[in-house]
Amino acid sequence: MSKQPRDNDFTIKIANVNGTGSASANTLLMKTFFRMGIPVAGKNYFPSNIQGLPTWYEIRASRDGYICRSGRVDVMVAMNAETYRKDLNDVAPGGYLIYDSTWPRAKQLAREDITIIGVPLARMCNEHFTRARERVLMKNIAYVGVLAALLELDMAVVRALLQESFAAKPQLLESNQAAFDLGYRYAKETFTCPLPFRAQPMDATGGHIMIDGNSTAALGALFAGATVVGWYPITPSTSVIDTFKRHAERLRRDPETGRTNVAIIQAEDELAAIGMVLGASWNGARAFTSTSGPGISLMSEFLGYGYFTEIPAVLVNVQRCGPSTGMPTRTQQADIMACAYASHGDTRHVLLFPANPEEAFYLTAQAFDLAERLQTPVIVLTDLDIGMNDWMCRDLKWDAGYQPDRGKIMSREQLEKIEKFHRYLDVDNDGIPWRSLPGVHAKGAYFTRGSGHNMYGAYTEDAKEYQAVVDRLRRKWETAKQHVPAPVVEYSERHRIGIISIGSCDGAVREARDRLVAAGVATNYLRVKALPFNQQVQDFLDAHDRIYVVEQNRDAQLRSLLLLETRVDPSKLVATLHYDGLPILAASIVDGINRDLAAGKAA
Amino acid sequence: MSFLQKPKVSHPGLPRNELGLTVRDYEGGMSTLCAGCGHDSITAALIQAVFELSIPPHRMAKLSGIGCSSKTPAYFASASHGFNSVHGRMPSVATGANAANGELVYIGLSGDGDTLSIGLGQFCHAIRRNLNMLYLLENNGVYGLTKGQFSASADVGSKAKKGEVNQQPPIDPCLLALSIGCTFVARSFSGDKAHLVPLLKAGMRHRGFALVDVISPCVTFNDHEGSTKSYQFTRKNAQVVTYADYVPPATEIRSEQAAGTVQSVTLHDGSRVLLRKVGADYDATDRTGAFDYVSRHQAKGEIVTGLLFIDEGKPDMHQVQSLPDQPLNAVPYGKLNPGQKALDAIQARFR
Repeated sequence: MSKQPRDNDFTIKIANVNGTGSASANTLLMKTFFRMGIPVAGKNYFPSNIQGLPTWYEIRASRDGYICRSGRVDVMVAMNAETYRKDLNDVAPGGYLIYDSTWPRAKQLAREDITIIGVPLARMCNEHFTRARERVLMKNIAYVGVLAALLELDMAVVRALLQESFAAKPQLLESNQAAFDLGYRYAKETFTCPLPFRAQPMDATGGHIMIDGNSTAALGALFAGATVVGWYPITPSTSVIDTFKRHAERLRRDPETGRTNVAIIQAEDELAAIGMVLGASWNGARAFTSTSGPGISLMSEFLGYGYFTEIPAVLVNVQRCGPSTGMPTRTQQADIMACAYASHGDTRHVLLFPANPEEAFYLTAQAFDLAERLQTPVIVLTDLDIGMNDWMCRDLKWDAGYQPDRGKIMSREQLEKIEKFHRYLDVDNDGIPWRSLPGVHAKGAYFTRGSGHNMYGAYTEDAKEYQAVVDRLRRKWETAKQHVPAPVVEYSERHRIGIISIGSCDGAVREARDRLVAAGVATNYLRVKALPFNQQVQDFLDAHDRIYVVEQNRDAQLRSLLLLETRVDPSKLVATLHYDGLPILAASIVDGINRDLAAGKAA
Repeated sequence: MSFLQKPKVSHPGLPRNELGLTVRDYEGGMSTLCAGCGHDSITAALIQAVFELSIPPHRMAKLSGIGCSSKTPAYFASASHGFNSVHGRMPSVATGANAANGELVYIGLSGDGDTLSIGLGQFCHAIRRNLNMLYLLENNGVYGLTKGQFSASADVGSKAKKGEVNQQPPIDPCLLALSIGCTFVARSFSGDKAHLVPLLKAGMRHRGFALVDVISPCVTFNDHEGSTKSYQFTRKNAQVVTYADYVPPATEIRSEQAAGTVQSVTLHDGSRVLLRKVGADYDATDRTGAFDYVSRHQAKGEIVTGLLFIDEGKPDMHQVQSLPDQPLNAVPYGKLNPGQKALDAIQARFR
């Protein structure tokens, strides 16, 4: 059994029962690492349930700054008897399992290559606290105390965090502090502290925050000036709107009138939610909605309408595991194709792919500019991993000089001067026509219709007139390539192997590339940030002999999209996939690439 | 349909409204519906109503779903923005548009298929929000564009053109609307313009959701013997319970109008609806009474028409949401941007 100290490089996993109030304890633990300056990632594996089912929280401390899932567990806190066996098996050799020894489980917890640590958490809390709910809740803070002793956490940091959390509720502070001390003292008195896994202060988290992508997407929409929201609750996107609402009610309130400059309308379903967004955008407000997989299916008809009638709209899709209802609380990137071509007919949509909460902020804001500039729906694809987990991100900055790009909107003065306004005429030869807003001027009036229309906006069933409009829409798609964000490219002429990836795979790809380099395999890397793909994507495809397309779905949807939307030889693109619903691991990428390289050598 | 487009010239003697516009200024494109279609009569009534109310055409928004009825926005007010949405989804578009700018007059045009089948959910929820709009339901009991299938408003026993008899009970839009809190419920007949025009005017001036259900016979697929939505059947069985008169703000009510069983309801802008009641016992401000009256007459095969119910006191969506007076689409970005300081304060909680 290796007992080499592993400072700031280990993973803690806490197994618990949903609804027992472990979230604040886990956040306390995660934030302690962060404030000690240690790069950290928090991942929540929770059930689609309110109370009773198993739930896990995983904290990875990484001195190297790796933020993806590690795929191993060094210290397991097993608080859920129902999952003891599984949790025991998950611990890496040389690791530790902490459990509530109020009920000793010597027989069940037999494993010789790990160390079992029993702490009578329930007994201690029952003795110390009188109220039933407190006894349940405080067990969680007590295990944080145990971990603080075992991992040598900075006690001043823990105390400061507790004080901040309960500043408004001194009574709660007292019980939490007491529970923490119970665990801490017991561990100090009973075990040899610290374990070989130690938290040692670093200086690697300054200028960063720990935040989830639903919060940042909401902030992106708020700062971009969204004023109308139509939405329908669906996991895992709900907190996008919850967060938006919370901030908007405070920050958009007019101090004089007490009214808020925002309309947040909970719709009857997703069809209505996107309908509201289109209605509001048509009328000149910045509007958005947020949803997840099943919502995309339901919104598809209106998305096609928005594409064909050229109405801006912003949609944040926090992807979850499909198909169908799938696993609502597990992550995937399996809506790429469904979003790219959502709706019947020749429909295609501009997509944005943030890699983390930081990008979710900037790209959601940019989505509003793109939607108005291009007059089309723009879908921001995050996923549950980005949206609901805690990521270390650089501080968010908002450019003081930012002004919304409203695109081509005819002003009252322009309409006054113009002889006749035609909604779908390509006057600038870039595929983007001018639009007018209702209520501004009688000369701006036109008829928005999803049925066949000609370049003047009139109804048509004429073959040539119809085709002129859909051909112009295709030209607009070409124009979009100049406006959407460029891919992130790390390129050296010396490397013949490329990796193309997307969204939340980024962290795992970065770790995988380091590991591959260590094994003598150097790679170039391109991460797409948008559809349509621009010339840089094509250049990268052309410049490599073998390209691993890393993504989180079964059917290699990004690879398919590359085949459809670029000129690339299919045999060059190797699907490298991870799709079990848990966030991607560096190991799955390394293994996939090594397997392919070995097969190539054998052949 | 008629193949002759009326020339766009106005007779100098045509009456002008307060804006100096004639009725011709509220006309639209040539109708492509069947000759004699009830919907065209409704369009004519609508043109009359918006002309008489002197609404600037560009301050109206016309929205619809899919179907014969939903083509109506193309046939009036060419100088207004129109939105022909997807099937059954007009209420959500109207909700979003209204949220962005509550100052325009929203006119929704729909049919019985669009409203009572595919769009039933959206219809109900727009009512629940008390969305400030006129919702005009052109009701003919049949799917016209797909050639004659029964709609959800077809009565039990009503016969299709090819002889099939409807077995499923109808959804009555007025009873449904009454049951879910609709604040303005009216029913009329496309063949009675004098009855319909004041209802449309009052509906547009009502603050909240105004449903006007108009029986509008389909001359091609539902105007035969055995149909309960034909001209003949409707003329015979329509029972007018109230005649509405719309009285603009600050206009004297003449004594002869006020005589007899007249109920006066003041709208939010100071205008009034005068209801001349046929049955002295009818109270258009009594929701359960109205429900009971309409149901009882329906059981006898009678179609009750008139302003059936009005409640001017309920807050509309803008009031419930406490939206600012300035339309959201006109709020300058400077007032929407919380700024870096606010962003820093938010981020402090994430460290």
